[in-house]
Amino acid sequence: MAWLAFATIAFVILTAALQVVQSKDLVHTVFWLALTLMGTAVLFVHLDAEFLAAVQVLLYTGGVVTLMLFGVMLTRRIDGVRILHESGDKPRALICAIALFGCIAHAIVSDPQTTNSAPVDMADTEALGLLFLQEMVLPFELLSLLLLGAMVGAIVLARKVDP
Amino acid sequence: MTELFAQPPGLSAYLLLAALLFSIGLYGVFSRKNTLAILVSVELMANAVNINLAAFARYSGDLVGQSFALFSIALTVAEVVIGLAIVIVMYRSHKSIEADAPTELRG
Repeated sequence: MAWLAFATIAFVILTAALQVVQSKDLVHTVFWLALTLMGTAVLFVHLDAEFLAAVQVLLYTGGVVTLMLFGVMLTRRIDGVRILHESGDKPRALICAIALFGCIAHAIVSDPQTTNSAPVDMADTEALGLLFLQEMVLPFELLSLLLLGAMVGAIVLARKVDP
Repeated sequence: MTELFAQPPGLSAYLLLAALLFSIGLYGVFSRKNTLAILVSVELMANAVNINLAAFARYSGDLVGQSFALFSIALTVAEVVIGLAIVIVMYRSHKSIEADAPTELRG
């Protein structure tokens, strides 16, 4: 039963990802990315990471996809025409991707610790919150500083320059 | 054969899924010329990393994997924000967002 759930989620994620990398229409690409990210959120629920799934839906599917669509909207040239684009060098990209997957898959499969493992029960979201505020409070605060820097940087980069 | 599918999938199944997603994202980064499409493919790769972290957290009982994944999500959002600002600046100065549009540094 767990295998069936995992196989379904994996099929959805991989199909959507393949459509992301070979769709010619830019808006279609972003929508297929949204489906991939939602599939990943479902996978996180399957992996007992409910808070991570909620954050994934909020930040990735809600935030990043919206940002991408804004980017598409702000950088188109013609009104009302589907934004098509050509692809670059496909055969070499395919060889690189297959080679990388081969190396990683070989490393995964040849390690006995990963093939013969069973799921271990984890603590819940309350423990995750305590982890953030006790052991990992320094990265947590630094992360807020980094997000502030990213926001200010993006505003400075993208503001209208007075002529 | 059926007893193989009676237990939940092992850790390697999730790691292989993450590796495959990472490779698909890498193919997208290498084979696209539109900068926004390249950013989308980088998103796929970051997503694969998060799946990896969450799978390791599940199979070792340690919550640190989930917290790493949360940090990774927040960092990726910051990177997308800056990347889109760069794309907007590039569109303003070159009127195109093809990855080979800026040629000032070409020898």
